[in-house]
Amino acid sequence: MRQISQKVRKLDAQALVTGMPVYTQDIVQGPYLTVKIVRSPHAHAKILSVDTSKAMKVPGAACVLTHRDVPHVRHTLGGYAYAGSNPYDRLVLEDRVRFVGDAAAIVAAETAEAAERMARLVKVEYEVLPAVLDMDTAEEAPAVVHPEEDYVCKPSIRNDNARNVLACGESGNGDVEKVFSQCDVVLEDEYHTLGNSQCMMETFRSYSFYDKNRKLTVISSTQIPFLVRRTIAYVFGLPISTVRVIKPKVGGGFGAKQSLVTELFGAAVTIKTGLPTMVLFDRRESFTATTTRHEMKLRVKMGAMRDGTVRAVSLYVRENAGAYGDHAMGCVGLSGHKSLPMLGKAEAYSFRYDVLYTNLIPGGAFRGYGATQGCFAVESMVNKMAHALGMDPIEMRLKNIPMEGEVMPAYYGETLTSSHLDRCIRRGKEMIGWDEKYPRRQTGSHTIRAVGMAASMQGSGIGGVDKCFATVRLDEDGCYTVLNGAGDMGTGCDTILAQIAAEVLETDISNVHAAAVDTDYSPYDKGSFASATTYVTGMAVVKACERLIGQMMAEAAAALETPEERLVFQGDCISEKDAPENRISVSDLARRQVTSGNCHAFTATCGHMSQTSPPPLMAGFVEIELDTQTGQVKVLDYAACIDCGTVINANLARVQAEGGIVQGIGMALYENMQFSSQGKMRNNSFLQYKIPSRLDVPPIRVAFDSSYEPTGPFGAKSIGEIVINTPAPAIADAIYNACGVYMTELPFLPERVLNAINNKAE
Amino acid sequence: MASFQNYIFPESLEDAYKLLQANRRNAVIGGNGWLALGRQKLHTAIDLSRLGLDQIRVGPAYVEIGAMATLRQLERELPGSLLACCVKPIAGVQFRNLATVGGSLYSRFGFSDPITALMAMDTTVILHRQGDVPIADFVWQKPSRDIVLGCRIENNGRRAAYQSLRLSATDLPALTVAVSRLGSDWRVVVGARPGKATLAGEASRLLSEGKADAATAASTAAEELSFGSNMRGSGGYRRQIAQVLIARAIEQLHGEGGLAIC
Amino acid sequence: MLITTVLNGKSLRQEVPADKTLLDFLRENGCLSVKRGCGTENCGLCTVWVDGTPVLSCSYPLPRIDGHEVTTLEGVREEAAAFGAYMANEGAEQCGYCSPGFIMAVLAMERELPNPAEEEINAYLAGCLCRCTGYSSQMRAIRKYLEKRHETD
Repeated sequence: MRQISQKVRKLDAQALVTGMPVYTQDIVQGPYLTVKIVRSPHAHAKILSVDTSKAMKVPGAACVLTHRDVPHVRHTLGGYAYAGSNPYDRLVLEDRVRFVGDAAAIVAAETAEAAERMARLVKVEYEVLPAVLDMDTAEEAPAVVHPEEDYVCKPSIRNDNARNVLACGESGNGDVEKVFSQCDVVLEDEYHTLGNSQCMMETFRSYSFYDKNRKLTVISSTQIPFLVRRTIAYVFGLPISTVRVIKPKVGGGFGAKQSLVTELFGAAVTIKTGLPTMVLFDRRESFTATTTRHEMKLRVKMGAMRDGTVRAVSLYVRENAGAYGDHAMGCVGLSGHKSLPMLGKAEAYSFRYDVLYTNLIPGGAFRGYGATQGCFAVESMVNKMAHALGMDPIEMRLKNIPMEGEVMPAYYGETLTSSHLDRCIRRGKEMIGWDEKYPRRQTGSHTIRAVGMAASMQGSGIGGVDKCFATVRLDEDGCYTVLNGAGDMGTGCDTILAQIAAEVLETDISNVHAAAVDTDYSPYDKGSFASATTYVTGMAVVKACERLIGQMMAEAAAALETPEERLVFQGDCISEKDAPENRISVSDLARRQVTSGNCHAFTATCGHMSQTSPPPLMAGFVEIELDTQTGQVKVLDYAACIDCGTVINANLARVQAEGGIVQGIGMALYENMQFSSQGKMRNNSFLQYKIPSRLDVPPIRVAFDSSYEPTGPFGAKSIGEIVINTPAPAIADAIYNACGVYMTELPFLPERVLNAINNKAE
Repeated sequence: MASFQNYIFPESLEDAYKLLQANRRNAVIGGNGWLALGRQKLHTAIDLSRLGLDQIRVGPAYVEIGAMATLRQLERELPGSLLACCVKPIAGVQFRNLATVGGSLYSRFGFSDPITALMAMDTTVILHRQGDVPIADFVWQKPSRDIVLGCRIENNGRRAAYQSLRLSATDLPALTVAVSRLGSDWRVVVGARPGKATLAGEASRLLSEGKADAATAASTAAEELSFGSNMRGSGGYRRQIAQVLIARAIEQLHGEGGLAIC
Repeated sequence: MLITTVLNGKSLRQEVPADKTLLDFLRENGCLSVKRGCGTENCGLCTVWVDGTPVLSCSYPLPRIDGHEVTTLEGVREEAAAFGAYMANEGAEQCGYCSPGFIMAVLAMERELPNPAEEEINAYLAGCLCRCTGYSSQMRAIRKYLEKRHETD
């Protein structure tokens, strides 16, 4: 293989490192209206009236939109393929606000200053309602977050809005209680994970205008261009074909931009005024008025035999959806279905969940998408069980993980078609120096070094749901262009897809170009999420390239007057197998498209949907130093070994892993989302909500041990999400190994660790 | 960002002072670090950057630091010193190239690393009108319409140790501790309680009289000071780690250890 | 107020509102590499140089550039491309949104610190946040770039 597994530079690297204007705000041109949102100061309130008169007197004022001025169409902002089961519980604006920061009105003006003044001058009269601020009391709370009669959801989610239950459900296999009763050791514990903010560096923004064909055009920093188009069309009652979405370079997403955020507000103003509009959320709005990772409480019960075999496991999850259910269903599902299958020998499992509405910021998509929370709980319990049995956690894993070829009942009954997890665990163990370091070493009067580990899985796309197309075109100069609609958010999927094309087309990567995503020209893709693009869109590229080669072969057969079956495609030319001098170069073929009367255009579009979602797997190992007097935990080393199937781009896969692990460390140690007693987010800036700086994390060490996934392009699976999962449980275990306390609530703040140490001493 | 209509570089301190008195909504601008975070409506911003107040002078008797000297200058011009050490974790180099010593002093924030450190030294704050004010008095004064010109530290060989606990490396501190020693004279200062930095008088006295070891002094200080709660920790936790950090700082000062003023 | 400055080597005289941020001023004057990541002086994305010193353009008082030189990535594109090539070779630019501010800080560090150890590099760049990379690839790029520079010196 020439292009696969190489350290290919990102195609856009040069533009990015020289600061070229390639992001949304860089490419739009004035004059345009600036849109601002009037936000609710209350966690729950009814809007009685909106007085816009003062705001409209501001010089430069264009319009104020209230709930009376926008379509009454219930929808979800969560980007998901058609089969999603998220409820339609939102309106663009409503006469009810459901969290501090919820939109109460939209203003637009000729300048940002004027729009800000307008937003302050819109007088909203609220009737403040009791609010539900704690998911544990949501069912009994006097307040109902979604009392509306036009609420839309599938009956299968078992919604009960009167009790603030967005959904509940269960699944399982075998009789867990019976198997528990036969186990030597049964342990139970509850774990609590908080909301986290995705914190991509480019905050949310979009620009909308009518293009020359009178299409409502939205340039958006999004991961889901086609779903943005579909949702705008649905909400405003437009034919999908009259809406156009363009995705320029995106400054990170991590799931945050898998929801529509700014797009409907800007579109509403453009529709109302006919004018171009810009909506740009600042960092505070990005923290407080968008989505976060879902807070969850996860109760795990696990039964094992003395030899370490886990025979049964149950998981009960309570998920805080916040005020809207954008991604609530998907995330709660993954909390069980991507954590429980790691106990591959269990004869029985049960997974139950309740999803609760509260008057807090809505949960949404964030790398890991529920699996991260599930992994923390279940992997922590595996470690606890190992300690209870007096077993090394590594031995415990090797005894229980699912092996290649085995059926995983908790993973929708899918068969594990590729896995090197056992090898990853052994390799990671060596990398961290487990045998020398486990469990702990006293390094000073009040410092202890200790190691901990966890294993994890994710998926590769959503089986039977994610549909992605790719177009590959031979241009007249003999170079290829790959068009995709996925929405590279900085991860490099444009480059990955170009590498895959170059490999199939047997050409150098320099001959393959990427195209910007524009729903008018790009082929449909559900978007860049669910760890899908390499695996699903990548296969679409493989298919399109193969079809393109077929077109070129047919043309070569005509040009060479040789039957096609006697020809062979050789990358730079097509020649006769037994008479290589009878050949035509690809560049000659390319030119024939524009010179020959009979020649068709060489362009192929193919789609792909996988019926399965083969899991990438990994093992993460951490070494920490604990200060037993302050409770402070410092991460000294993190070693990970990953099986993501074939690595397509050695650099980009590695950086995905390093970045994801650091986000996981942030989640485990630093990112502590807090709310006031009134439901207002207290740490809504980088001053108060601390993502890891380079001083907070060690160099991350990553190795790959690749299995070959038969359903993926060149054997590839996914890498994007799995990498965030292991730090929280691995660090929790290292803390246990250091001082004998189990940390069950994120993040592991020094104060919490010290309290746990002190409580244990008492 | 605070808003203002005018921005003036006065040519003399007296002009600056007059301008400050001229309108209640006129304000001195230091590094603009905190003003940029606020939404204050000001009339005129008074910029002192053309008055030569950015000097750090190390003399035999005093170290003098001008109000417009940046935190980064402390690192570069007083390398290895207490002040260089205490500002290192603050945000980042680009921020410390803006933030000024005068701004840090004038703001009198509880979480201020430089104030904690300066309180452990023999520091006098110099104000244009009011003149010299010992820093321990200055931090409790209500911000007045005077201009901070800088501070003066006695260059007397006092040595100090600095400790802070931060939940992450570049975060504001959850607690700051500076302990200093000049001969037998000890001083224990605790900041980010989260209230203002305060001298632990009793603990300082016991240490100075040779009546306490590190542990006793630390627990005395933790008992005599008050601690409160905020997002970075509870009062109870602060009391516990105050004791830990004070003891560590005292240990660092035994023998010839510790950091110099300059 | 009227300010006179040298922006990326070109003299500029302009009437500006006193309370405009330097960041907005620079973007309005075509320096679109300059990004705003937080607005609370914590992310480093808006880093530019005033007289060669790296500062945060989100909070640096605009009138204070009067009589001084301002440099953005647009003013050091060749150097940025030279170091940027090392980033690209590691995949360290990722989404690229923090790259301009980060590169301005790295190039300032190169001028300020002779032969920095990794600890010093991390301390110098601690004010440059990145959410994509986890920083390791950035460090690899810096090490290799500085080593190469020393070889050629």
